[in-house]
Amino acid sequence: MTVDHTLEARQLTVGYRDRAVLHELDLVVPPGRITAIVGANACGKSTLLRSMSRLLAPRGGQVLLDGRAVHAMPAKQLARTLGLLPQSPTAPEGITVADLVGRGRHPHQGMLTRWRAEDDAAVAEALEATGSVELADRNVDELSGGQRQRVWIAMALAQQTELLLLDEPTTFLDVSHQVDVLDLLTDLNRSRGTTVVMVLHDLNLAARYADHLIALADGRVHAAGAPAEVLDAALVEAVFGLRSTVITDPVSGSPLMLPIGRHHAG
Amino acid sequence: MSADSLIRSSAVDAVARGRRRRANRRRTIVVVLLALIAAAFAVSLVVGRTVYPLDQVLAVVLGQDVPGASFTVGRLRLPRATLAIVAGAAFGMSGAAFQTMLRNPLASPDIIGITWGSGAAASFAIVTLGLGGASVSTIAVVAGLAVALVIYLLSRTGGLVGLRLVLIGIGVAAMLRAATLYVLSKAPQWEEQEAMRWLAGSLNGASWSSAAPAILALVVLGPLLLVLARDLDVLRLGDDTASGLGVRVERTRLLVLVVAVGLLAFATAATGPIAFVAFLAGPIAARMVGTDRPLIVPAALIGALLVVVADFVGQYLLGTRFPVGVVTGVLGAPYLLFLIIRSNRSGGSL
Repeated sequence: MTVDHTLEARQLTVGYRDRAVLHELDLVVPPGRITAIVGANACGKSTLLRSMSRLLAPRGGQVLLDGRAVHAMPAKQLARTLGLLPQSPTAPEGITVADLVGRGRHPHQGMLTRWRAEDDAAVAEALEATGSVELADRNVDELSGGQRQRVWIAMALAQQTELLLLDEPTTFLDVSHQVDVLDLLTDLNRSRGTTVVMVLHDLNLAARYADHLIALADGRVHAAGAPAEVLDAALVEAVFGLRSTVITDPVSGSPLMLPIGRHHAG
Repeated sequence: MSADSLIRSSAVDAVARGRRRRANRRRTIVVVLLALIAAAFAVSLVVGRTVYPLDQVLAVVLGQDVPGASFTVGRLRLPRATLAIVAGAAFGMSGAAFQTMLRNPLASPDIIGITWGSGAAASFAIVTLGLGGASVSTIAVVAGLAVALVIYLLSRTGGLVGLRLVLIGIGVAAMLRAATLYVLSKAPQWEEQEAMRWLAGSLNGASWSSAAPAILALVVLGPLLLVLARDLDVLRLGDDTASGLGVRVERTRLLVLVVAVGLLAFATAATGPIAFVAFLAGPIAARMVGTDRPLIVPAALIGALLVVVADFVGQYLLGTRFPVGVVTGVLGAPYLLFLIIRSNRSGGSL
């Protein structure tokens, strides 16, 4: 990658109606790394991701991409740098995989420009990176949940952005497909240097796959840093209100959180 | 390295081939539709109570003076057939734009009352106020936008996409239909032709002067809608994904709405609310070319073909002369029932 883009939030306050969800939140996304945002339900994870990708306008503060407020950037220009995969995207009925992935080329096309050879190349590359070349001519309706998520990621890849934001990319997938998607995102990060920011439900998968963990509580960043440095029982107690033991994951060496609960404390 | 680039180039080829195959299919369908429209147009110029030979018809179309044919073909059939194509195309595009924008085949402007708003206003302007020309079109456009705004405000809490908007729209449509009836019943002279036009849509009495605003609107607003079609198409992936792809969601919706209502209102001011053309054209087009590409062009062609053919059928093939809207209404009603039954069962979309 030629440029490392910086994405940061400064004094970001976001809310719906009279309720503020994020309170003067500051954070910096480390370029070229994988960042996972974790936290309890309704702590503002998705709201944070949505404001970083401009789906929500801040009430105060701002989100800066390379020092420029994202809310003031031209929409297509932003979409060439920052890609977004929302939580449950909808595919139009009857669309083929190749055409859906082709939609990722939208920000690279003008109002009147025609489809170009480089667009085909970008789609093919995205299909290849996600192992879905054979699916190209299939209807998206016919795919399994895991295949479909790969295809959506392929669409985001065809967008060829250096930053990729994903809102719970593993929801509704069984555990093997969850690992599959996270491996795929790691591949992208390693081979292309894509900066990945994702909201993840599963703290342990987040700790294993992320280089940088952001733990949110009550609309504020409670802790941020390398998983091994920030994830401990105190953090889990503060962020999730859960008693736990944190050990070292024998597979990856990352921290592994084991919840205690009421019935199994030994 | 070379093996890798070999795989890559074969994947690129496969992608390009698939895309070209789909594009070719679509192009073929567009060409066939154009040919069918041209044929239907020619037949409706040639055939009537008097059949004129093709060379005479051609001479008239080219502006030469042919006794007899110049009046019947040049002053009656030609503006009528032209208005049929123009209004059909306008209804078709505008209907497909609404259905795509609201992600619901039931959300076409004739079902949710926008066409009826333009129609009621135009009938009031013409029948009650005795206006004509550009002022009628302007009133129709303003009324169409006003109805769109009312429906939007009434259904906003339920989200723009969904059955709630459709149900509210159906109620609004019924009210505006009643308003049209009221206008017609209060008219100084109850003229059957006028009544048919504003209740079902009719091409009777079409002239160049009545067709001109609709033609102009199609020439100006049609290309604009085509330019918007690409953003509109991306909107089908959902608001969040679309804005992630650089589409300004609210602005696109507003522009599409204004342009589509404009097209619709100008056509309605000329022909009345031709039943179900806006509603049928999009889904028929989707059946033919697939739903994965912008439907604006094929829907415009289907709309034009529907109106030209339905008008011919209504005039000459049914014994009595029926206005075009009666024929399209007979086609559209069963499909409406089918969709309502289906969406009741699955809550589904297009």
